[in-house]
Amino acid sequence: MSGADVYIVGVAMHPFGRFPDKTSLDMSTEMILDALDDAQLSMKDIQVFGCGSLFENGSGQRILAALGNPGAPVYNVTNACATGAMAVRVPYLEIRAGISDVGLAVGFEKMGKQGLLVAGQAAMAAGAGGGEKPRKVFEPGNVRIPSEGVLGTGTMPGVFGEIGMEYAHNNDGVGFEQFAKVAVKSHEHSVLNPYAQYRKAFTLEEVMNAEVISWPNTLPMCGPTGDGAAALVLVSGEKLATLPDDVRKRAVKITASALYSDPYNPDNLASPDVNSLTRTAADRAYEMSGVDPQDLDLVELHDCFATAELVHYDNLRLCEPGMAGKFIDERGPYRDGKIPVNVSGGLVSKGHPIGSTGAANLVEITMHLRGEAGDRQIEGAKVGMTHVIGLGSTCAIHILEKTAA
Amino acid sequence: MAKLPIVDYLVLDDGEPHLQAIECQHCGALTLRTPIQCGACFTRGPFAPKALATTGTLRAFTVVKRGALGNGFVSAIVDFDGGGNAKANLVDGDLENFENNKLGEPVRLVTYTVDTDDDGNEAVAFGFEKI
Repeated sequence: MSGADVYIVGVAMHPFGRFPDKTSLDMSTEMILDALDDAQLSMKDIQVFGCGSLFENGSGQRILAALGNPGAPVYNVTNACATGAMAVRVPYLEIRAGISDVGLAVGFEKMGKQGLLVAGQAAMAAGAGGGEKPRKVFEPGNVRIPSEGVLGTGTMPGVFGEIGMEYAHNNDGVGFEQFAKVAVKSHEHSVLNPYAQYRKAFTLEEVMNAEVISWPNTLPMCGPTGDGAAALVLVSGEKLATLPDDVRKRAVKITASALYSDPYNPDNLASPDVNSLTRTAADRAYEMSGVDPQDLDLVELHDCFATAELVHYDNLRLCEPGMAGKFIDERGPYRDGKIPVNVSGGLVSKGHPIGSTGAANLVEITMHLRGEAGDRQIEGAKVGMTHVIGLGSTCAIHILEKTAA
Repeated sequence: MAKLPIVDYLVLDDGEPHLQAIECQHCGALTLRTPIQCGACFTRGPFAPKALATTGTLRAFTVVKRGALGNGFVSAIVDFDGGGNAKANLVDGDLENFENNKLGEPVRLVTYTVDTDDDGNEAVAFGFEKI
């Protein structure tokens, strides 16, 4: 496929967690400036800006007003949990198309302790105080009853619990224990990651005996809500050649960017299909980059819940078809396993401030490919993959490679 | 007083209560809500109602213990015999011994009143029970 090469030359990620003393403007601008410093570039150089946030969509111009605006076009983007990757895809596309040479992306979210997220369903509001309560009237075609808890669940732990159980139904060797083992692995990884919201290891018994949220997902198998921001600076190959040596040497190439939504699936009349679009995006990414799944040195995938991670071992072809249970049983995704998965701790430990996640996992892989991931470094990492899914649905997959500058 | 379905694809007044999908007459693709164009073949119909079976198998479930609007229920995705699928509560699901809910087990559609309005009209939901 023709088009300019695209490189990541500056990255920054705010630790995920709860930061009541910082606004989203504080966190996003701080990370943008850190990423620009990392790239030895300035806001003056930015020719396109992708700004990703789910709950504060539309913040791009406000951020530029705070940092100095070179007049760059702003794309305010959102795509549920894939928002951060959308933000990065904006400068990626403009650079690839030859429209821009230098672009900026930020993904951020302030969620605090938001609690359960429910797909497309607002809880019934408590009665507004005072005045007469309106009559409750049902009419044909107009029966207003919240479907949550009646027509099953739309809560995220539940939806992804069902997705895991469907895999268990269709494949041997997968049950509660395998899902729990995924969380054990991720929490063990998180201990080494100073950016993670939680850095505590759990035994398998602790995970399996923890409070059930939506079985088979117990509390440590669920991603927490919180605050976060991550920023990246991207340049074209042509621009890269003009940058200082020490920036060029640390540049990481985006060799694949694949984005798909979910086509009609007769099996999914009442539930989302996260499998088909992941497989399609992954195959496209492998084709674009020429990378084989077994070439990957590490993967940061979308484990909003431990049940989600397990199905993606199969969807991303990290294991043999149908063998995700065996893959975790044999420690395949451990940092010392066949293909390290979520060495950051994943969303279940690192956290999932929605708009930042898809950008943060690109920052994470970049750190490893540069040899700058500290205690959690995967030695000799040269090829990494990131994966996010936003329900509705969208899947974004990127492959990054460390190439000679 | 009337019995009113809480979703329009639940049919209460035409034989045994059942779900009614919409079928593309061009390619046979099913949906639970009438599309503007068929999601599978991109034609603009015609579309026609298709009654789904009242029995099926349990494809997936989750036991919700900490929910948003309710706690302590089993959310189930069921594949109907002969095609189609839907999600609702497994009304006799085991809330304590989770693995007693068996993937692949046969279930049937049931209906129940979930609420009553000030005029006595009943809002009727569907669910599944083990056969």
